[in-house]
Amino acid sequence: MSHDVHTPVPAEEPIDNPGLPAHLPRPTDVDPAQAKRAERQVSTLFILAILLSLGFCVAYFAVDIDATFLGWSALNFALGTTVGLSLLFIGVGAVQWAKKLMDDHEAVEMRHPVASSTEDRAAFMESINAANRESGFGRRPLIRRSMLGAMAALGLPAIVVLRDLGPLPHSQWKTVWKKGMRVVNDVSGMPIKPSDIEVGQLINAEPAIFYEVDEEGERVVEGTELLQAKSKAAVIVVRMRPEDISPAKGKENWGVDGILCYSKICTHVGCPISLWEQQTHHLLCPCHQSTFDLADNGKVIFGPAHRPLPQLPLAVDEEGYLIATSDFPDIVAPSYPELHRDQKKLDKGDQA
Amino acid sequence: MGGVYAAFQPGSPATAAADDSRTVEAGRELFLVGCASCHGENGEGITTKDGNNYGPSLVGVGAAAVDFQVGTGRMPMAQLAPQAPRKAPVYTDEEISQLAAYVATLGAGPSIPSEDVLDWQNATPEEIAEGGEFFRTNCTACHNSVGAGGALPSGRYAPSLEGVTAAHIYEAMVTGPQQMPVFSDDVLTPEDKRNIIAYVKTVQDQPNYGGLGGGGLGPVVDGLIVWVIGIGGLIVFAIWIGAHGARSKKKANA
Amino acid sequence: MSAEDTPRVEDTGFAKKAAGPVKWIDERVGGASLSKGLIRKVFPDHWSFLLGEIALYSFIVLLLSGTFLTLWFQPSMAEMHYHGSYAPLQGVEMSQAYASTLDISFDIRGGLLVRQIHHWAAALFIAAMMAHMLRVFFTGAYRKPREVNWLIGVGLLGLGLVEGFAGYSLPDDLLSGTGLRFVDGLIRSIPIVGSYIEFFLFGGEFPGNEIIPRLYMAHILLIPALILGLIAAHMLLLVYHKHTQWPGAGRTNENVVGYPVLPVYAAKAGGFFFIVFGFTAFMSAIIQINPIWVYGPYNPSEVTAGSQPDWYMGFAEGAVRIMPNWEWSFLNYTWSWNVFIPAVGGLTSLFVILAAWPFVERWITGDDREHHLLVRPRNAPTRTALGAAGVTAYGVLWAAGGNDIIATQFHLDIFAITWVFRIGFFVFPVLAYIITKRICIGLQRADAERVLHGYETGVLERTPDGSYSERHAPLDVNRQYALTNHARLPELTETPLVDENGVELTGKARRKAKRRDKVRRWYYAGAHDKPTTHDVDHALEHFAGHEGHPVELGQEFAGVSETGVPKQH
Repeated sequence: MSHDVHTPVPAEEPIDNPGLPAHLPRPTDVDPAQAKRAERQVSTLFILAILLSLGFCVAYFAVDIDATFLGWSALNFALGTTVGLSLLFIGVGAVQWAKKLMDDHEAVEMRHPVASSTEDRAAFMESINAANRESGFGRRPLIRRSMLGAMAALGLPAIVVLRDLGPLPHSQWKTVWKKGMRVVNDVSGMPIKPSDIEVGQLINAEPAIFYEVDEEGERVVEGTELLQAKSKAAVIVVRMRPEDISPAKGKENWGVDGILCYSKICTHVGCPISLWEQQTHHLLCPCHQSTFDLADNGKVIFGPAHRPLPQLPLAVDEEGYLIATSDFPDIVAPSYPELHRDQKKLDKGDQA
Repeated sequence: MGGVYAAFQPGSPATAAADDSRTVEAGRELFLVGCASCHGENGEGITTKDGNNYGPSLVGVGAAAVDFQVGTGRMPMAQLAPQAPRKAPVYTDEEISQLAAYVATLGAGPSIPSEDVLDWQNATPEEIAEGGEFFRTNCTACHNSVGAGGALPSGRYAPSLEGVTAAHIYEAMVTGPQQMPVFSDDVLTPEDKRNIIAYVKTVQDQPNYGGLGGGGLGPVVDGLIVWVIGIGGLIVFAIWIGAHGARSKKKANA
Repeated sequence: MSAEDTPRVEDTGFAKKAAGPVKWIDERVGGASLSKGLIRKVFPDHWSFLLGEIALYSFIVLLLSGTFLTLWFQPSMAEMHYHGSYAPLQGVEMSQAYASTLDISFDIRGGLLVRQIHHWAAALFIAAMMAHMLRVFFTGAYRKPREVNWLIGVGLLGLGLVEGFAGYSLPDDLLSGTGLRFVDGLIRSIPIVGSYIEFFLFGGEFPGNEIIPRLYMAHILLIPALILGLIAAHMLLLVYHKHTQWPGAGRTNENVVGYPVLPVYAAKAGGFFFIVFGFTAFMSAIIQINPIWVYGPYNPSEVTAGSQPDWYMGFAEGAVRIMPNWEWSFLNYTWSWNVFIPAVGGLTSLFVILAAWPFVERWITGDDREHHLLVRPRNAPTRTALGAAGVTAYGVLWAAGGNDIIATQFHLDIFAITWVFRIGFFVFPVLAYIITKRICIGLQRADAERVLHGYETGVLERTPDGSYSERHAPLDVNRQYALTNHARLPELTETPLVDENGVELTGKARRKAKRRDKVRRWYYAGAHDKPTTHDVDHALEHFAGHEGHPVELGQEFAGVSETGVPKQH
């Protein structure tokens, strides 16, 4: 049904504005009985709202905070439904009133151009010009520039005063692990013997210092310091069949009979990872699905993490418990701008 | 520690071996019919040509593994899949105990926990809270904070803990079925395990105080609810508010 | 309120009562001259104009419920042992922030309800802002003179995200702490200055003990104040510009047709506030949100499967999840593109694109007129298609943010899903663009058909020579006008490559003019223009002349109406 238009296209509108359609009355406008009914509807809604508000107060005092209803908190349900429905009824009543009973002749208002009239704009320009002339703002560049400079300089105190928000970045490459520190089970703090661990076992572990107490029985590390230390030092200990493991050069002695210890903190953005699949030896981060192969030196095999999971070298102390032989040789936790530099320092320290 | 440990050790492999030989024999017959095609006639496992496990060796897995795998319907597997799903058990309780007794004779392994190890109902609030600490440290990463389960690589998953019996949870921890790591009794003591079970059961049995829960799936479900029910519901109201109602053909009297 | 039988205002009973107070106030603060226009100001009626109101009212609900929560909440990271009513956490070490949130949930009557209202309202606030923004985008309501108000809206959305995230972090439960850990990683990824920002923001190493009090200040004071100020500016400009309206009979670019603020609009809008509040409260009575007690207190060595941010941060989360693992060591610095590009870059580019769009479009079209009539999405096919592509890209990222939930709920391989999203982020928006554009053009053609040839009545006729045809009936003239009351496509003649003085453009300016010409052709390509007067005249002849296409079907005609509904019975 296409039309081949050979004549030039006329620019005017194809259909003329028919104007606002004639107003048609509503049933409530013409039938007093209907209007009466609408009036009763609206007032009933408002009265129900009053009753529900009262119901709220009754429920507040009458319903026990421990009581349940449908397996939910009865108090939450009672308070929420009463006040919720009360509010809803007020709203529905008001809208119903507007729709059914308030005058509904459509009103027409003309728009005015958003911009001011040319005279107003000229007068405004005249005003600021006068202000400029009288102040000499444009004429006296020395004052103008020095004043703007003075104001801009106030930005410096505003920034400098924030300096004490925090210390300068430091010691991100260090954790609390050090040579000889026992690897203990998280929560219980029990030291671990290699014989306690079966092939396919996973232990969520921490450095023993988190469970040490001083002479007064106070924990050595606690509060914020503990959380900060934990967010870098948490580890997992896993045991695989030694023949399944392919340690990188120099890491051959980092395990004890197939028992390896890795940082629990993802090198991506720092979620603690312990989704270890004992048959594939893969470790999955539940936050962004970075996957590491613990049989292959914590290599990244999927996902957004870049650095392999740092490994903690293990040994056994004279009582037969698992210990670390040093701090992490690789930096744990998410990358930060100075990581490359810090890692180089760490590598040098290792050789020394 | 040894004394406590022995008290909680639910029957030693020796007891299992001394079980009624008829039970073991019945278990062996069931095994030959239902399990041997994958696990080998003597439970030694079957290795495929390219070195993979067709069915793993059952030597040393213990009675606990059988009770868990067969008792939750994971074994026998219906088909090869990334992971055996939980389903209605194929064997009766009696057959399961016969199978378990037979497999226990193949090599020493964890046995089925006894009732007194599993008395989680009698845990004190402090013990439940401690179980919670262990649960959040060792379990939630895979199984989620209310035990709703979670994703693992390549189509595998950590199953939901909803409705799993205390014994099966315990057995899963000691035996490490499929991809799940082992949590041996030496590291996570039987009391610790019982407290974990007490916490899981408490959290799953407690009310959803705030109303309909999203199945423990968290903010993803909340987001869907906000768009579908929240914005959707309010748009219904908005359409009602903006709609022009019925019109009368009669002229107004006024 | 017809004019002839309305008594003079002084004689009404209402005026006799109100005159005194009105006089008292007006003599002290004035305002009668200003308010007389405002209270009878006309607002057009349409459901899609209420989306912004949902956002506004949710914000008021947030202020009210948030104030209640501050009465008990302790923004402190000091560690303590819990001894409240929630049994499974008895004696557990936790921060005061978490403990006080548990108290609000279990020991303060109505506390759980208000917490849930606050959280649902927050999720609703941002959802409504986005729905409102999509309405404004797809109807072209952001065009001149409303670009500034669009920018204010973009600012409000950005502040809303930050405000929501700050609130999500305050309870210091395992989920919100994991979210903070993510933000810490994100901040560290900022090239060169990342560690400095991290240490200043957290007052030292993550998590420190400053972040919650600081977020609390931002959450209850700084950001709400900014939002409130921007909302005020948004509303003032709305009143000054007057609301846009849909095209229709009697509606033009120069007028606004609707109902006066007092009484009808006030009753409807005021009523809608109560509806939004009531709906949120009712949702909070029956649907649980953020049950912090099951997550446990934050501990940097614990995490739960299914850790997600609230929905509005889901797209940034998804971008981070599907990003390849690029990281450089360069110039003695580490550059974590795997986090920086999707998180910081993704958030920034969303807001830059949103803010820039009105100006980009104006550069393309060169349109400097004021627009007060909305455009149906089909009549701007390229804009609509671009919008659909944007929504699709956002949707892909959003879904990617829940890839683990998708994997467990639908038994899929999480790595495969991630790959689908990685590729889909580039492919699906292109498909959405192509499909949407085709649909728009098809609808434009259908509109022109209906204007020219009327609608299908469903009445089949057989002509004497045996062929069948369906009767068409002409569309009501009001509908015809509504379907044609939009701008005609500009004539895409070659832009003259001369400046205003008629001098031939050269070099850079010439290339720029050519480039713009090219983009403009692309922007209007394929769009179907509305019928001309010539088409209409031609069609009228067609109607009159052709057998089987009578103009009049008569009153007894029992076909279907233009909406497809049987006309009678």
